[in-house]
Formats: sequence, C-alpha cells, structure tokens
Amino acid sequence: MMKKLKLSVQMLLISSMMFLLGGCNIPILEPKGIVALHERNLILIAVALMLIVVIPVFILTFVFAWKYRASNTKAKYDPEFAHSKWIELICWGVPCAIIAVLATITWISTHELDPYKPLDVSTKPITIQAISLDWKWLFIYPEENIATINYIQFPVNVPINFKITSDAPMNSLWIPQLSGQIYSMTGMQTKLHMMATEAGDYRGGSASFSGAGFSDMKFTVRASTQEEFDNWVTEVRKSPNALNMNDYDVIAKPSENTPVTYYSSVKEGLYQEVINKFMSPNMSDMKMSMPKQSSTNTEHAGGMSGMSDSSM
Amino acid sequence: MFGILTLEAIPREPIIVGTMIFMVLGALAVLGTITYLKKWKYLWTEWLTSVDHKKIGVMYIILAIIMLLRGFADAIMMRSQQAIAVGANHGYLPPFHYDQVFTAHGVIMIFFMAMPFMFGLLNLIVPLQIGARDVAFPFLNSFSFWLTAGGAALVMLSLVLGEFAATGWLAYPPLSELRFSPGVGVDYYIWALQISGIGTLLSGINFFVTIIKMRCPGMTMFKMPVFTWTALCSMVLVIIAFPVLTVTLAMLGLDRYLDMHFFTTDFGGNQMMYVNLIWAWGHPEVYILVLPAFGIYSEVVATFCKKPLFGYVAMVWATIAITVLSFIVWLHHFFTMGAGADVNAFFGIATMIISIPTGVKVFSWLFTMYRGRITFSVPMLWLIGFLITFTIGGMTGVLMSVPGADFQLHNSLFLIAHFHNTIIGGVVFGYFAGFSYWFPKAFGFKLNEKFGKRAFWCWLVGFYVAFMPLYILGLMGMTRRLNHYDASTGWHPFLVVAAMGAAIIACGIFFQIFDIVTSIINHKKSKDTTGDPWDGRTLEWSIPSPPRFYNFAITPKVDSLDAWWKTKQKLKENGGKKEQPHYEDIHMPKNTGMGFIMAGCIFVVGFAMIWHIFWLAIVGLVATIGCVIARALDYDTDYYVTAAEVEKLENEIQAEISDRK
Repeated sequence: MMKKLKLSVQMLLISSMMFLLGGCNIPILEPKGIVALHERNLILIAVALMLIVVIPVFILTFVFAWKYRASNTKAKYDPEFAHSKWIELICWGVPCAIIAVLATITWISTHELDPYKPLDVSTKPITIQAISLDWKWLFIYPEENIATINYIQFPVNVPINFKITSDAPMNSLWIPQLSGQIYSMTGMQTKLHMMATEAGDYRGGSASFSGAGFSDMKFTVRASTQEEFDNWVTEVRKSPNALNMNDYDVIAKPSENTPVTYYSSVKEGLYQEVINKFMSPNMSDMKMSMPKQSSTNTEHAGGMSGMSDSSM
Repeated sequence: MFGILTLEAIPREPIIVGTMIFMVLGALAVLGTITYLKKWKYLWTEWLTSVDHKKIGVMYIILAIIMLLRGFADAIMMRSQQAIAVGANHGYLPPFHYDQVFTAHGVIMIFFMAMPFMFGLLNLIVPLQIGARDVAFPFLNSFSFWLTAGGAALVMLSLVLGEFAATGWLAYPPLSELRFSPGVGVDYYIWALQISGIGTLLSGINFFVTIIKMRCPGMTMFKMPVFTWTALCSMVLVIIAFPVLTVTLAMLGLDRYLDMHFFTTDFGGNQMMYVNLIWAWGHPEVYILVLPAFGIYSEVVATFCKKPLFGYVAMVWATIAITVLSFIVWLHHFFTMGAGADVNAFFGIATMIISIPTGVKVFSWLFTMYRGRITFSVPMLWLIGFLITFTIGGMTGVLMSVPGADFQLHNSLFLIAHFHNTIIGGVVFGYFAGFSYWFPKAFGFKLNEKFGKRAFWCWLVGFYVAFMPLYILGLMGMTRRLNHYDASTGWHPFLVVAAMGAAIIACGIFFQIFDIVTSIINHKKSKDTTGDPWDGRTLEWSIPSPPRFYNFAITPKVDSLDAWWKTKQKLKENGGKKEQPHYEDIHMPKNTGMGFIMAGCIFVVGFAMIWHIFWLAIVGLVATIGCVIARALDYDTDYYVTAAEVEKLENEIQAEISDRK
C-alpha cells in the first residue's frame, strides 16, 4: 500500500515536472536507457521537492518587497521586530525536513545508481573496453574480438558493461540518453553499466576537457536489434585492419576529428597492457619479464593496482 | 641569458596582436596622463606607499574592476565563438586560443576579480565597523595587496609574452603536466596563483587578527556587525584552505620543473590526488567569496528596511555552520571519478546539509523586510535580485549534490549555469551592493541612483538571458569547454540567446563605468556631509566621509548591536547634545614603499622562473630577502598624531560641515 502510494506520488511529481518543461527536445529528459531513466526521474523528484521551499521564497520576496515599500504607509512598521520563535522554528524546520527526505532518497539512489554496479537483468551482458586517446575513443569488444574508433553498436535490452581507461589526459565517457558519465584515467580502470531500451542512434562523447582536439571526441552509439548487431559484428570482422600493439601506438598519437574505423581483430590483452604501461618506468622491458606477476608488482610500484578499479 | 624567452614568444595572431596594441596604447595613455598632470609624486606618496587600509581597499577594488573588464572580454569571446561555431563553421577562435580564453576567464574572475573585490570591501569597511584605526599589520596589508597585483600582472603579461594555460581554470593533471602542456602557459598559471595566493593568505591572517584583537571596547563577539562576522569566518577559511592551494600548486610545479611525479601518469603519480587537493581548497574558496557577500546583504537589508536584522544569532550560527561544513563536501566536485556509493552518498548528503543554514539566512533576510519600511535604493535592488537568483542557484546546486543526478549534469553546461547562478547571483551582486552602499563612505559622495538602477536591470535581465539557456543546453547534453559542435545537436539557437544575454550584461557594465565616471565628475553636487547618507546602523557611519586617516578621533565604546543606530536614538532623546570630546594622541603607522618593492622583486622571481631565467630568479630572491632584512631593521615605522593636532583636524571637519549647511 505504502509502496503504491509512494509510486503514484512519484509518478505525479515526474509527470507534472515534464509538463512544465513542455515539448522541447531535451535528451536527458527523454532517456532511452534504464539507467538514464532512473537518473531523469531522480532529477525531477529532487527538483519538485525543493520547489516546496523555493516557491514560497519567491512569493514572499515579491509580497514583502511590495507590501512594505516605504511609500506604502498603511503597512505595519515594526522597527524592533527581530525575533520570533515560531518563524525561526519554521525557517530551520522546513528545510531540515526536506533535506531529511532528500538525504534518504540520495542514500538509496546513490547505491542503486552506482555506476560500478552491474544491472539487475538476466540477459548475458556485452563487455566493451573503452580507451580515451588524444582525441578519439577506442572501443574494444573482447568477446567478439573486434575494435572500433568513435563508434559503438549494441543490441537493445542487453546490459552493456563498460570498462574504461585512458591513454591521454583525463576524459569522461558520457552517453546522455543512456546513462550518466564516469571519468577515464591513465593506469586505472573505471566502470559504467547501461542498457538501451529503445533502438536508435545516440550521441556520446567526452565530458571532461582534455586538450586541443577535445571538441571532436564524440561518437555515435547505435542501439539496434540483436540481428542487426550480429550483422554489424560480421561486417567489422571483414575489415582489413587488425589491431596489434604497433598499430595501437600509431593511433594513440594525437589526432583530431578521427573518422570511424573498424578493426577485425585485436591483440589479446591490449587493454590490460595500456593500463599497465603507466605502472612502471620501463614498461616495454617489464612486460617481457613479468607477464604473470605484473598485477601484484604494479600494486607496489604504483601504490594502486593496475588491474583493479579506480577507487578513492 | 634569457632562458627559454625568445622573440618567438610574442604572439602573432591578429586578435592577440590587436589586444596587445590596445593594451599598450591604454597603458601609455594612463602613464602619459599621470606625467602630464605631474601626479607621479602624488601617486607614490599617497597611494603606492600607503599603508592606510582605506586606500589599499580602493586600490584592491580598482584592480578588481580592471580584471573584471579583462575577464568579461574573455566571456564575450567565448559566447560569440559558441554562437557561431556550428557545423562546418569552427568560429573565429582556434582551440589553441579558445582554450586559453576560457582558462583565463575562470582564473581571472575568481582570483583577480572576486578575491580583490572582497579584500577591497573588507579593507574599506571592517576596521571602520569594529571601531579600529587600521588593520593589525598595516605594512603586511600593503605587501599583500601588491602580491595580488603582481599575480594579476603576470596573467596580463601572458597575453603579450608567451601563452596562458589552456587546461581549464583548475589545471587538472595530467593535462597540465609537461607531457601534455609543454609550453609556459601552465607555468604562468602556477606562478601567478602562487604569488597572489601568498598575498591572500597573509591578508587572511591580517584580518583574522584584526577582528579578534582590535574591536573597540564593549564590542563582544555577539555584538559584531554581521559583515564583520562573515569576514571573520571567511578569513578562517582562507587561513585553512590557501595553504592547501599553495602546496598543491607547488607539487605541480615540482612535477614540471624538477621532473617529480606527484601527479604524472607514470612513476606512481596520482592525478586523483591533485583533484582531491585542489577541491579541498576549491570548495572552501567559494564560501570565502560568498560569506562576505552574505554579510553585505545583511547590512544592506537592515539599513534599507529600517529594522534590525531578523534572527541575528541564527544568522551568525548559520555562518559558522557553513564555515565548518564547507570543509567536508569537496568530493561533490567529482562524484564521477569512481568513488564508491557510500563515499558519494556521504559527500552528497553533507553538501545538501549546507543548504539548511543557507536557507535560514534567506529567511532571515526575508523577515527583515517583513514589517519594514523598504527604500529601493541600488543596494536594496541588488539584494532583491540576489534573493530570487541565488535561490534558483541553490536549488540547482542541491540537485547536483545528489550523485545519481550529478552523473548526468556534471561537466555539462548545466554545471556552468549553476555556478554562475551562485557566483554572479550571490557573490557579484553582493559585492556590487556593497560597492554602491559603501561608496559614499569611501569617497564622500553618492553614486548616481539612476545609472545604478539601469546597471542593475541590465545585469539581472542579462544574467537570466545568458544563463537560463545554459541550463537547458546542459540537459540537452552539451558539455563545457566545446570549441565547436554539430548543427544536428539543436544547441545553436540557445547559444545565440546566451550570447545576447552576455551583450545585455555588457550594457550593465557600461552603465556602471558611466555611473562611476559621471558621479566623480559631478561629485560636488552629490556631496555627503553627514557621513551617514543611508541612515546606517553600524559604526562606519558614525564618522565623516571619507574618514580621516586615523578613522576615529575618539575610540568608540559599544554596548549593543547596531551601535550607531542606538547612539542616534539616544542623541534624539536628549536633543542632540553631544559630550565635549576629549582627544588623545593617536599612534599611526608610517607609509612605506617596501611592500611595493618587495612584491616587485617577487614578481621578477615569478617571471624569471616562468621563462627559466634562473640567474634573474636568484637575483630577485636575494633582493626580496634583502628587503625583508632592511624592513626588519627599520625602527622608524610609526608616529604619533598629537591630541592638539587631532583637535585641529576635527574642528576643521566640523567647520567644513557647517559651512556647507
């Protein structure tokens, strides 16, 4: 019963906020993925809650300013009025109550929407390893053993597990209609989970400034049917390009406005190598000598594990 | 001989060359005018060497206004670039230039506009509000100002020699490391902020001690005016936060100069550490700026509503609560860096708790208006504009403190709209209110109300036209710092509107300058002989405007809040009879050029370090230490104004006042 009530209140709040915003074409308010949908609802609920204080402040400001203008000598003038237990109680009480509610929502939603948390869906997820480079995105599909630059495709209603790192200054992977963003950083891995619920092409890009070519660090995300996705994978596999470490070193060099590129195969462990190379001074020697123990050794070298996630 | 400084360092792009010529001509015009009017000696003896807090305050504000114009020129460039750089058109600013422009805009507006403006108002008013004759350390005060000016000069110099940082205003590594930013831009950034940052820290200590130790008899902590309270809390934040900035930038500097690895990508450097450290300073910094603005609003609302501030005690405790809380929220600037849900939720909730004391403040101002007699002078208009605007900014701020929402809004134009909403609507409006409120105190005549009101309306309307579209653009997925974008995004119309908003704000700034200039020209007509043109409540209004160099001929005694208001009431009751004054000798500091010279030497050190001219850096450093020793051995730093002289000066003022009547 309570849950139903809570839900209907939520729906009421959300629909009224949507009504207020009218018919603009605003991606974050028109999510096409479940994570973005939850985040949109959270935004609208929080705004609606805060309007409980904000609207009275607006009204009081105008009413008081008008009513107590100096020229209005009919209004009561009380030059000593500077305390009132009741008013002060309300001034502290109402914001406290609203923040208590909002804090509860925050605690719960932050755990639910933790970008590291895999989605609670039974479908087998697809993993995509994303590497931000100067100034393009390299995406590796380890299970399909393919890679792309500045383009992603995946089926709708299949959870996507992003593993993200950087071989360039800090960037932030953001596909507004599908999910919020997370930073990409060198020598570390961050994670992001999302799932498209509607087919379509969505804009993605970097949200964190990374230098001269930053403005063109954008890519298209196509959410399609499973069949279209399978066809696409087959098409990528026909590409004449194969991604080995030498090719990688070439594409990792700074370049702007890089066109979409497909790679029919990827050297195994490339993503890990990109992370690990920041963990020791002479990475090229190290990777020869210690292929197995690298993860434990790098923990000592870097103070954090190359394999493990960025955490604070 | 000249390190890495060569003729190549002079930029050749037409826009920069144009600006350069404009700047050089402007400087020549100023220098020429001073020479023509034979004012060099006056400038040196009365201003550059002054340790008088009122003159230092005026110089701070002049610096702030100059830097406001520079920072705003950057803003206009960004807005116009984004308004035209759609589709195949990449605008008129290439990334190399555009990235420097937005970096300089942020750095200048925070460090060289807002901070000097705040210290200017503090210098002008705090000693007067607490009945003191100067700050605790007058020489240090002069030195602090010139350090800030030195930092600002370095930023301006980067325009004509070399380049400025192109990293964003907080210079996140690894982008700001040598590997990705090999030029001198980031070095300009580091040295400008280090030099001015030390000035700020010294000022913070100075005002902290001044407020703690130099209040007039009877002014206990809970009888201090609210502006002094907020200044005190802000200075506590300065003292705790600025060393963090200094150390962080020093570590970045060590990375760049000595190849260390605090924040590099390799050798165990940790970029996340920098992000944490810079925000451990950066978040308190916004409260350093906004708390004094809150204090100004509190003074303004009480004066123009003819009522004491509603809930003074609550206001003070709310200020203290904000001061403490501002140190445990820094992580909300990077929920997206991969911290766990527990950590994010903790910092999110801590952040929204700040909105409770802030909300209390808003209600305090509102209920001060309640049952008041409100005069809508320019400062009061800024207050009303602030109440509405800041409430919106507060709301979007709390919204972004919810991590789940922040993942979508962070680094987008929504964020840009939010912090301009709070900084323009809160800080800038507040400083402008304080400027027009205290201007007659500093100069002895009022600003023109008509132009002040026009400026206000332009700023208010301009603000909404410029920044409301940015909220929408953020929700449309537009990230900050974009140089150009696709037409298919649908962002273009909103950016055109935003650019128009910037143009309306430009009109506001024009009216402000026009206001100041015409008011100065016509100052004889708007002379204020009372020293109390607004019927004020606090001690600064109890003395003539502009105050004599010793401020108070007789140190006031205080036994309540709003001390001057109470004194005026008592005077009314006993028919305006004043006691016969009894003057005493006044102990005053002597002017000295040492602050100017020392800061000049440090400026040379900074410049030399930027360009790797190490011999010059050593010379500058040795000269600085030499100055310190010389100053320490100088015992001739103070003098007495005798009681007879004070009496003579005071009688002159009285005669002048009765003459005009």
